[in-house]
Amino acid sequence: MKPVIEVENLVKKFGDFVANDSLSFSVFPGEIFGFLGANGAGKTTAIKILCGLSAPTSGKASVAGFDVYRQSEQIKKNIGYMSQKFSLYEDLTINENFQFYGGIYGLSRKVIRERTAALLSRLQFLDAKNEVLRNIPQGWKQKLAFSVAVMHQPKVVFLDEPTGGVDPITRRQFWELIYEQANQGTTIFVTTHYMDEAEYCGRVSIMVDGRIEALDTPEQLKKQFAVSSMNDVFVKLARAPK
Amino acid sequence: MKGFIIKEFLHIFRDLRTMLILFGMPVAQVLLFGFAITNEINHASIAVLDRAKDSKSLELQQKLTASGYFKFNAQLDHSTEIEKAFQSGKVKEVVVIPADFEKTLALGQPTAVQLINDASDPNTANLISSYTTAILMDFAANEMTQNQAMPVTTETTMLYNPELKGVFMFVPGTITILLMLVSAMMTSISIAREKEMGTMEVLLISPLKPYQIILGKVMPYVVFSFVNALVILIMAYTIFEMPINGSLLLLLAETLLFILMALSMGLFISTISNTQQTAMLLSMFALMLPTILLSGFVFPVENMPDPLQWLSHLMPSKWFIIIVKSIMLKGLGFMYIWKETLIILALAVFFVLLSIKNFEVRLNLK
Repeated sequence: MKPVIEVENLVKKFGDFVANDSLSFSVFPGEIFGFLGANGAGKTTAIKILCGLSAPTSGKASVAGFDVYRQSEQIKKNIGYMSQKFSLYEDLTINENFQFYGGIYGLSRKVIRERTAALLSRLQFLDAKNEVLRNIPQGWKQKLAFSVAVMHQPKVVFLDEPTGGVDPITRRQFWELIYEQANQGTTIFVTTHYMDEAEYCGRVSIMVDGRIEALDTPEQLKKQFAVSSMNDVFVKLARAPK
Repeated sequence: MKGFIIKEFLHIFRDLRTMLILFGMPVAQVLLFGFAITNEINHASIAVLDRAKDSKSLELQQKLTASGYFKFNAQLDHSTEIEKAFQSGKVKEVVVIPADFEKTLALGQPTAVQLINDASDPNTANLISSYTTAILMDFAANEMTQNQAMPVTTETTMLYNPELKGVFMFVPGTITILLMLVSAMMTSISIAREKEMGTMEVLLISPLKPYQIILGKVMPYVVFSFVNALVILIMAYTIFEMPINGSLLLLLAETLLFILMALSMGLFISTISNTQQTAMLLSMFALMLPTILLSGFVFPVENMPDPLQWLSHLMPSKWFIIIVKSIMLKGLGFMYIWKETLIILALAVFFVLLSIKNFEVRLNLK
C-alpha cells in the first residue's frame, strides 16, 4: 500500500536551533498515527510543515501525494485540521459553521447540505442545528469541530491535541468517532498528552528534542522498553540521558 | 469568498456591542459635537454696572442683548457687587459703563467701557470678551459716523464659514475619528479575535489564500465605514446645513481612500497583537488618541510645540481633515489637494507592505 504521508530526513532549523532533526516516517491510508512528544519537542513545527504552512529546511516530505515544497495548495485541499483550541465560531449556529467551512473548501450548497445532515445525524445532533454554538456543551463542540474538519472528505486529518480539557467519557466518545472515520479510509494524524489515548493508536511515534526516538505499535513499544503502559514508555524516553 | 463575507456580516449583526459602535456612535457623535460641544457663545450670562444710566448706555445694553449672544443676569448698582456676582458663579462677564457716557460721546471725546471676565475658564472668557468687544466696536463706529469720520475702519469677512459655526470644524473631525474607529479598530479587533479563538489557524490551513482571508475580513468594514461616512455627511447637510461646495464624487473617493488607509493600519495592528484586548488598547493609544489630539481637530496644530507639529504631519487624519474641509467648505478641486491625497496613499501602501511582511514572518517563526 502506498503511504499517504511520507517523510524522509526532514530538517527544520530556526537559525541555530534545530526544531526537527531529520525525521523519517510513513503513514498509511486509514491508519491512526499517534504523534507524541513533550511540549517543545518539535511536534507543532512538524505538523505545520505537513499542513503546508511552512517549508522545511531540507529533506523530503509529501502529503496525500503532494510535495510540501511545491504543492502546498493541493495539500491544503486534501487535509483536515482540528486544533487544541476550539475552532468553530461561537456566535454562529451549527448550521452556519458547517456552511462557512464547507464554503471555504469550495463545496457546493447542495453537497454542504447533504453532508451536514449526514454528519449531524451521526452525532444524533440534527435537531440542534440552529443552535448558536455558545450554548452547546464543550464535549459536543469538540465532536462538531471534528465533523467540520472531515466535511470536505480529506485524505488525512490532523488532530492537534483534540481532547484537551474534555472529560473522560466524552474523550471516549470522541475516539469512537475517530475510529469510525478511520474505518472509512481517512488517515488520522493525532497528537495527544493523554497516554491512554496513545494506546488507542495503530502506531505511535515519540519525539524527544526534535528527533523521533521510537516508532512502533503500542504493543511493540511496551515490549521494547519492558514496561506495562505507554505512560512508562513515554517517561522512560523523555527522561533518558542525552 | 462570498461565504466568508456572509460569515463576517453575521458576526457583526449578532454582536450588540459591535452594532452599537457601528451605528449608534456616528449619530451620537455628530449630534454631540454639533449641539453640545461647541465653542460658540450662546446666551452667556452677563451683568451690567451702569454708572451713566442715560439713553446711550441703555442703547448699548440693548445692542448687547439684541445680539443673542448674551443674557442679562443682573443689573449692578455698586462696584462692590461685582465680586459677589462672580462668586455666585452665575455671571461670566461684567460690563461697566462709565458715568456721563452720553455726554462724553456727544463731545466726541474718548471714553472707556470696562469688561471684567471670569477667567477660571480662559477659553470662554476670551471668547466672551472678544464677542463683547466686537459689539462695542460696532457701537462706537456708529457713534463716530454720526459726528465725524473715523480715520481707519476694519471690516472683517469670515470666508468659508461666515457664521463661524463650530460644527463645520467638527464634522470633518468626526468623520475622521469614526472612520478610524470603525475601519482600523474594528478590523484589528476582529482579526485578533480569530487568532485568539484559534479559528485563524484553521483558516490558514484551509485552501484560502492569505489575501482572501484578509479581504473577507476587511470587506464588511469597508461597507460599514462608507455607510457611516454617508450618514454623517447627510446629517451635516440636513441638520447643520453644512454646505458641500466641492465635488461630491471627489469627496466620496477621498473618503474611500482614507478608509483603505485606516484598514491597512488596522491590519498592521492585528499582525502585532494576538488578543482582542491588545488590539483594542493599541488602536486606542496608537490611533484614536493621536487622531483626536494631534490632527488639529480639537487643538490647532499651529499652536503646538515644534516636535508635536512634526509628529502631527505623520497623522493621516490631519491630512484627511484638510481634504474634507477643502472640498466641503472651500469647494476646491483635486488640483489643490493632490499632495494630501498622495500622503494618505503613501501611508496606506506603507502599512499594507508592513503588514504583509509581519504576516510572513509570523508564519515562518511559529
